[in-house]
Amino acid sequence: MGARGFFRALAASKAGMIGAGLVALFVLLCAAAPLLPVPEPTQSNLRARLMPPTLSWDAIGAHPLGTDNIGRDMLSRILYGGQLTLAIGAAAVVLGGFVGVLLGILAGFRGGITDRILMRLVDIQLAFPLMLLALIVAAALGPSVRNLIIVLALTSWTRYARIVRGQTLALREREFVQSARAIAASPWRIMTRHILPNVMTPALVVATLELARVIILEAALSFLGLGVQPPWPSWGRMLAEGRTYMASAWWIAAFPGLAIMLTVLSVNLLGDWLRDYFDPKLR
Amino acid sequence: MTAPAIAQGPAPLLAVENLKRHYVTRGFLGRGSYTVKAVDGISFAIARGETFGLVGESGSGKSTTGRLVLRLEEPSAGRVRFDGADITALPQSALKPVRRRMQIVFQDPYAALNPRMTVGDFVAEPLIVHGLAPARSEREDRVAALFRKVGLDPRFAGRYPHQFSGGQRQRVGIARAIALEPDLIVADEPITALDVSIQAQIVNLFQDLQEEHGLAYLFIAHDLSMVRYLCRRVAVMWRGRIVELGPTDAIFEDARHPYTRSLLSSVPIPDPDQERGRQPLPFDPDALRHAPDQPMVEVGAGHFVLA
Amino acid sequence: MSALLDVRGLRVRFDTPGGTVHAVNDVSYTLADGETLGVVGESGSGKSVHVLAMLGLIPRPPGRIEAGEVIFAGRDLLRLSEAELRDVRGGEIGIIFQDPMTALNPVLTVGRQIAEPLMRHRGLSRARAWARAAELLELVGIADPGRRLAQYPHQFSGGMRQRVMIAIAIACDPKLLIADEPTTALDVTVQAQILRLVRDLKARMGMSVIWITHDMGVVAGIADAVQVMYGGRIVERGPVRAIFKDPRNAYTWGLLRALPDHGRRSHRRLHQIEGQPPDLTLPPEGDPFAPRNPFATPRCFTETPPLVPAADAAPGHLVAAWYDLPRLLAEREGAR
Repeated sequence: MGARGFFRALAASKAGMIGAGLVALFVLLCAAAPLLPVPEPTQSNLRARLMPPTLSWDAIGAHPLGTDNIGRDMLSRILYGGQLTLAIGAAAVVLGGFVGVLLGILAGFRGGITDRILMRLVDIQLAFPLMLLALIVAAALGPSVRNLIIVLALTSWTRYARIVRGQTLALREREFVQSARAIAASPWRIMTRHILPNVMTPALVVATLELARVIILEAALSFLGLGVQPPWPSWGRMLAEGRTYMASAWWIAAFPGLAIMLTVLSVNLLGDWLRDYFDPKLR
Repeated sequence: MTAPAIAQGPAPLLAVENLKRHYVTRGFLGRGSYTVKAVDGISFAIARGETFGLVGESGSGKSTTGRLVLRLEEPSAGRVRFDGADITALPQSALKPVRRRMQIVFQDPYAALNPRMTVGDFVAEPLIVHGLAPARSEREDRVAALFRKVGLDPRFAGRYPHQFSGGQRQRVGIARAIALEPDLIVADEPITALDVSIQAQIVNLFQDLQEEHGLAYLFIAHDLSMVRYLCRRVAVMWRGRIVELGPTDAIFEDARHPYTRSLLSSVPIPDPDQERGRQPLPFDPDALRHAPDQPMVEVGAGHFVLA
Repeated sequence: MSALLDVRGLRVRFDTPGGTVHAVNDVSYTLADGETLGVVGESGSGKSVHVLAMLGLIPRPPGRIEAGEVIFAGRDLLRLSEAELRDVRGGEIGIIFQDPMTALNPVLTVGRQIAEPLMRHRGLSRARAWARAAELLELVGIADPGRRLAQYPHQFSGGMRQRVMIAIAIACDPKLLIADEPTTALDVTVQAQILRLVRDLKARMGMSVIWITHDMGVVAGIADAVQVMYGGRIVERGPVRAIFKDPRNAYTWGLLRALPDHGRRSHRRLHQIEGQPPDLTLPPEGDPFAPRNPFATPRCFTETPPLVPAADAAPGHLVAAWYDLPRLLAEREGAR
């Protein structure tokens, strides 16, 4: 296997290529925003407020995607906003996934008291209103990108944990796990070698769904002032701010919405392919 | 004749004494509970190099017995002695040296292999766990030797289980089981899921390995004709109890327990002339009740029946 | 006896990502009125798939019937519409599967599941269908049928569920009963009861039976004729005694020899058929068994043998083989 095999397999799949290509394109564009000839995302120009997107040549140089209600360049805000949104989304999904998979395996494999405690924790987490949680974290730690990631991961890990626990319970009775116990393999070895690889497929499916959810959630929290702080943009914040202008200036909400949609779509394509890639039966 | 007496051979490799496994199932909200007696006080012993058959129908407790012997499940009562040492109460950590000497082969070659692990890694795992071949090249040599021993091409070591047929997967499972050079293998219906043309291959492999390494088998099965072929002694289980135990010939030619007789008379014979004359003996399970402390009676040399 | 079922050149393929699986290859045979045919083979031999295909029970795609005709009571089953086939299944052809728990609907009472086809295929009123259902349960040996009809499948044991399946299958007096490994999942004592039940029912109702199994012992007891399948082909077919006493195909011979001797505790080593079942995505040229056959001739590897009457054999004994097995066995015996 190795990297070469990975890329060869990727090249053979149309959907995988499109997904991976788009994700790579978005990440590169957003990361390269400071190098591109666009204005600062926070630079407002009150004389150029609410300019619509245009294809006319002289306007393209200035604001191809138009401007928002205080005259900030939309293209620039989409690119810079993408930096935050993609970073926050990825970090929250990875953190939530890591914790969720770990605790899910632990609960399912150990059973008994460990399982009961962890699953009660999941119930409490799910019963706890999200906004209250976000408020508490913001109040206790102050609103910041790091704390936003923590809040998002906190809402996310339970979904991995539940599914992974269920899978682990089934796997634990499977004969190859019994056989690992019969050769005196350590619990750590059983969990990492025999259970983890077999729960990666459902975990990946959850992760692709979670990325979309987390991006939307970030929008809501940022809108309430609990997430990304103005004037810095994120797609979620831009979407939320654009709502007021839906009737008069549709582009303010539409472009961040489109960016979110395309990102989620391409991540889903990539996720589907990754799931197949990790299944030796389909390779 | 008390039950533990059956388990006292001349220094048996494995001795099981009055072993029990009861599951307590609680009703809704903890109200009311009932006990399932999966294994209910059984005793037997297996000598070094012996093939001991354990037969019975689904739910008789025969597979649970195999798992209890290996301490994959904890007994509710009774003792398991391996090579003279009582292993019933050993903590899992202290079991490691014992695990090296007893292994298991499962029924379903599809469920028995990790679908995400190459078969080579799967066979090498016991060597790694027990630190037997620390160097990678040495380990690869030993895995290759194990592959050849069970009749697999070592070049297949990098493949995944789904690339093999049922019989080949069972060979992989056997290679893993013999990697630690055990003294006892619990074979839990190892040929049931295989095609007839493959069953003979696996049975012959079991016998070759026994000849070469002096292995003892606890051969759990419901295919009585194969048990008769392979085993020196047989125990018949019914509802968690051993109802009859003895030398294979004594069991097959002179069965005393009504359940054993019914079971033996039910096996189809692959010969039209004999099969058409066969009259299965009916057996009414509800008419038979064994007292919990009912002793087994010796009716012939080493032939015991739950009277 | 006239032919009830006439299968001609049936060929079934499955298109999978790994290639086209040649599951059934030019299978032709006839089944006489009142005959019990045992179809023997291992997994992948085509023994179940060919029957499912002719009843329209394989998923399409990936499955497809590439060629063939299946004439049942004067009609070609492969040309019938889905609705017409549904009428045939459970009407003139009754079917029993290996796992009654998946074949029965867990949320409907057993009575309803027996009565429904009677109302559907026979146009009985609800009351008469239920009365008939009670009779059928009694017929398949279930005591207290009145009470049992109101129960759900999970309240029955495995053997009892298979009896319920049989009651459903024979509800409309089928001309043909197809049993696909119906006793494989059952304990031997229960299997013995089911085998006796089907023999009794057959004697009483006079239907034809196709009994699909991998167990030579079961076939020996129940079949009039035996058909051995390998690699999607019929390799041998004949009266039950002829197949067991005078096998002409090396695969049949090997299967019988691979079983431990019954009633004798001889410790001869079991005869083993070497190698693995064929990969049907790459069907070998010639006789599919040739790579595993110690008696194979060069021709076996290049040309597929046709199923023809065996030389000096019982009437109706057909074999597909380029070699003369009795002669080869005699030579081997002589050489020893």
